[in-house]
Amino acid sequence: MPIVEIAGLTKVYDQQKVAAVDGIDLTVERGELFGLLGPNGAGKTTTIGICTTRILPTSGRVTIAGVDVVAQPAQARRNIGVVPQYNTLDRSLTIFENLYFHCRYFGFSNAESRERAGALLKQFLLHERAKSYPSQLSGGLQQRVQIARAIAHRPAVLFLDEPSAGLDPQSRIAMWDAVRRLREEGITVVLTTHYMEEADALCDRLVIIDHGKALALDTPDRLKTTLGASTVVELDLRHCENLAPLSEKLGAIPQIASVETTASGLRLFAHGTDGLLPEIVRAAQDYGVRDLSIDEPTLETVFIRLTGRDLRE
Amino acid sequence: MSNLQTARRGSYAGAFAGLMLRDLRVLRRELGPFIVRIIMQPLLFLFVFTYVLPHIGQANTIGGADFATVLLPGLMAVAIMFSGISAVALPLSQEFGITREIDDRVMSPLPVPFVAIEKVCFSALQSTLAALLVMPLAIYIPTNPVHVHVASWPMLAATLLLSSLVAGALGLTIGANVKPQQIGLVFSIVVVPITFLGCVYYPWAALTRVRWLQLAVLVNPIVYMSEGLRAALTPNVPHMYSGVILLALLISLLVLGWIGIRGFLRRVIS
Ligand SMILES: Nc1ncnc2c1ncn2[C@@H]1O[C@H](COP(=O)(O)OP(=O)(O)O)[C@@H](O)[C@H]1O
Ligand SMILES: [Mg+2]
Repeated sequence: MPIVEIAGLTKVYDQQKVAAVDGIDLTVERGELFGLLGPNGAGKTTTIGICTTRILPTSGRVTIAGVDVVAQPAQARRNIGVVPQYNTLDRSLTIFENLYFHCRYFGFSNAESRERAGALLKQFLLHERAKSYPSQLSGGLQQRVQIARAIAHRPAVLFLDEPSAGLDPQSRIAMWDAVRRLREEGITVVLTTHYMEEADALCDRLVIIDHGKALALDTPDRLKTTLGASTVVELDLRHCENLAPLSEKLGAIPQIASVETTASGLRLFAHGTDGLLPEIVRAAQDYGVRDLSIDEPTLETVFIRLTGRDLRE
Repeated sequence: MSNLQTARRGSYAGAFAGLMLRDLRVLRRELGPFIVRIIMQPLLFLFVFTYVLPHIGQANTIGGADFATVLLPGLMAVAIMFSGISAVALPLSQEFGITREIDDRVMSPLPVPFVAIEKVCFSALQSTLAALLVMPLAIYIPTNPVHVHVASWPMLAATLLLSSLVAGALGLTIGANVKPQQIGLVFSIVVVPITFLGCVYYPWAALTRVRWLQLAVLVNPIVYMSEGLRAALTPNVPHMYSGVILLALLISLLVLGWIGIRGFLRRVIS
């Protein structure tokens, strides 16, 4: 049975005309590391907010481990761990106490809470900072405490909203390691990101979201290979007028799946590049080839293919 | 089913206790400043008005010879009120507006209204503590004798409990509905006036000569706190009927609690 089930989910905020989430259906299997990839404003945080009982959906249904998050929010929260976009560590408590009292909120006894907090400090290499207050820790360390706290009550699913936003590259790598280790422990992880490298590096499966809609859902590899093309060839031309004949000629090459016009020339989506490049250069001779670059497929190209826009825009 | 319900109720109690323990830990760490904050103002007030002034022969100009007796319940009511505001309104407004650190408590396996109710209950504990701290000051500092005797223990307990909860509920209402930048303003235009006009420095009955004011202050919950403590501690000073006082406090609690919890929910669930 899937651990997270989202069906027909929509959210229209008060005083807004467009839906922030617009009919999303998806399921996350137990033990999966699942990603929501999309640009700012795509509706990722809203989706996570609904899953974690903090936002009420306009319509649709979410169940976590079989528990409906709208009908039984308190019950559902037992199965949910959350690391929100912003830092929510309790500034009045030490690192140890943040973990300890989190356990108490979930009904652990004094002894159990102490033990669990101690174990988490070790697991996340935080034991030397047990008596520090959150403000005395770097952003990366605070993020680590937040993750430790989120899994302290042994939830079935951990939700991470933009976990690497604001982290330096080194902390980001450390965070990735921590998340991978959680997956090895059997915790299901759902994370959002607008960094395609992150989605690619971490996720077993991911959904690409834009304007509240799920555009594609698969493993990163299959998304890259099935969505039209595997390799992108950017062709910069000196003369960009009257490109239609060239476009047609190139499109006829079996290896080339499709052709798009760009500001400075053409973008070709191809299956492999064996023997292809000389053919392209020959065909484009009359237009003056200024530059030719080859991009192995990335989620970025998948996103461009799906939306016609750059993910970073 | 009933097993499940019992288990659920048990876990709610556990979570609620966890929240209380957290607040207790934070309070314990700040006990010194907490006590200073509570006693400073009444201490100075008592010192100037009931010690210094009588000594320099100005006693009868303010409130009469029994002024100190009138003040005891009044200052306790003010202490209850202020600690309710400082225990809930200020931190909550901060947490909602700036730090968002209440999030982890909202995510506990407890229906969200109980997170707000816990704040009110813990604040009530602080308010009661504050009232009990101020009491000996109000008895021993004044030059003139203070006539205290507990007319009715149940009335004293009920008034203290209800007043403390009302103060917490008012704190919740302010904290959940006011931005941190505006808290200072709300203090000046709400908290200070209702304290000054809360029948703290005179019994409500003495207001018969300013009839419009006597009627207007009936919407002020602090009036019932002062009058309730008067009924319980200084029965010789004129005061309202106990039943009326308790009823008014209960109504204040329900109204403010309702507004406060609604505001709280609006802040944490969208
Ligand atoms: N509390 C809110 N009230 C009104 N609109 C909101 C609120 N939160 C988000 N939105 C809008 O909903 C859309 C989706 O936002 P969000 O879910 O935060 O996207 P993401 O996390 O993918 O950046 C955006 O257009 C945003 O402006
Ligand atoms: Mg977001």
